[in-house]
Amino acid sequence: MSERTIAVISAGIGQPSSTRLLADQLAAATRADLEHRGVAARPHPVDLRDHAHDLVNNLLTGFPPAALQPTADAVRGAAGLIAVTPVFNASYSGLFKLFFDVLDDAALVDKPVLIAATGGTARHSLALEHALRPLFAHLRAVVVPTSVFAAPEDWAGATATGPLNARIGRAGRELADQIARREPAAPADPFALTTSFEELLAGE
Amino acid sequence: MQFGVFTVGDVTPDPTTGRVSTEAERIKAMVAIALKAEEVGLDVFATGEHHNPPFVPSSPTTMLGYIAARTERLLLSTATTLITTNDPVKIAEDYAMLQHLAGGRVDLMMGRGNTGPVYPWFGQDIRNGIALAVENYALLHRLWREDVVDWEGKFRTPLQSFTSTPRPLDGVPPFVWHGSIRSPEIAEQAAYYGDGFFANHIFWPKQHTQRMVGLYRQRFEHYGHGSADQAIVGLGGQVFMRPNSQDAVREFRPYFDNAPVYGHGPSLEDFSRETPLTVGSPQQVIDRTLSFRRYVGDYQRQLFLIDHAGLPLKTVLEQLDILGEQVVPVLRKEFATGRPAHVPDAPTHASLRTAARTTPETEARR
Repeated sequence: MSERTIAVISAGIGQPSSTRLLADQLAAATRADLEHRGVAARPHPVDLRDHAHDLVNNLLTGFPPAALQPTADAVRGAAGLIAVTPVFNASYSGLFKLFFDVLDDAALVDKPVLIAATGGTARHSLALEHALRPLFAHLRAVVVPTSVFAAPEDWAGATATGPLNARIGRAGRELADQIARREPAAPADPFALTTSFEELLAGE
Repeated sequence: MQFGVFTVGDVTPDPTTGRVSTEAERIKAMVAIALKAEEVGLDVFATGEHHNPPFVPSSPTTMLGYIAARTERLLLSTATTLITTNDPVKIAEDYAMLQHLAGGRVDLMMGRGNTGPVYPWFGQDIRNGIALAVENYALLHRLWREDVVDWEGKFRTPLQSFTSTPRPLDGVPPFVWHGSIRSPEIAEQAAYYGDGFFANHIFWPKQHTQRMVGLYRQRFEHYGHGSADQAIVGLGGQVFMRPNSQDAVREFRPYFDNAPVYGHGPSLEDFSRETPLTVGSPQQVIDRTLSFRRYVGDYQRQLFLIDHAGLPLKTVLEQLDILGEQVVPVLRKEFATGRPAHVPDAPTHASLRTAARTTPETEARR
């Protein structure tokens, strides 16, 4: 079977970024679980910070600038998606939302998605359930049950067997499960004709 | 090959002076641009149709009729005629009348219009955009070809024994282009009827235009109107020229930076790389325009947008001088070079009249 890709999106701003760190740990967990099942998968990291200007330009002009196109294509063609944002003002960051706003409506249909977030306090953890999960439900993605939130105490108290690691492992397993049960599918072509002109004339 | 200009008819403040044209000034400016287009040897002037500020051209046949009376040779067209919100009966009548007054120097480009609130002002709903374009055009197509029409559809009152008057000049309907940015259904519609397809082109990367034109050509052949390279293709372009390219960039930048559609977004340099926008010397415009043929094939009509974003009329008329004197003569010569003999020119009233006389059955089927 051909190698599948997992798009690993981080909307982290800092360098280094705890959001990117969490994204990478989730990608590693998913990949390890897939490998265990004999499914080869390669993470495709996307740092939205690198595309910030292109995303605004895409929003304003209606088309992705050349530099953004390969990233959009990679997400569209990925077998699964790991989407991680810092929590700003009780929700996803504007940059995170912007990426999904300029991606075409059908890009994530039936795509397995693992959602995760970082924040300055654990009190923000439900942003995953009240903001990210409905966003991806709207896009008709398949969001795995476990979402992962990492607060400063998770990093401070992290151990190889700590609660954050356990959660990452469980979420990765759930995403791997969804990826493994799907055949790799070609992304939809927005220019393809889906109806004949006779059908259009007949008002169908 | 035909060359011309198309205008949106926007009233936009000049960002360098803050000056805003009155509607009267803008309307007169559009006429001046059309007259100048003929004077400098261009072939086509096409006006937009809009029913909301900041645009002035709500009544294209009024404007084009006036221009027709003051020109001899210029082909008058639209960019676009709203096939969704106009009554197809009124389009049939208005443009047949214009055709008679202009001695056949008329064609039209159909478009849907993308402003949701405009639709209900005319009793329609943007969610039916494609369905309206398909049904209304099917009726328009019959009204120009059948003297008496019985018709019933979803979107307008049925017609019984209806004759649209005047009948098209010499019994030959105006040629129709279908304009679209991103709807494959419209490329399909153009191909189905053997009509022209106009790719707006100017706000999009070339890969996008290439896909749409490719689809239209392939379907044109599928429907038996000729080979794919005989399909009738038009393209938009957007240019600003000065003898020295640095002067062109310096002068145009504030208009670009504040323009409707793409202003306050990508840089002039980025947008020039990603879309057909060319700001520079006449030679740069020649080179860029010739490159379009590489991804759409030999085509029939090239229209340039030169008068938007608040550019003063004086500047626009200078652009027309440069187009007419330095750019279009070279483009005519270069586009003719290597063009296969079986690739047709864009249909005109004269060519359609000749075709109708020699092959009446073929025409009747279309």
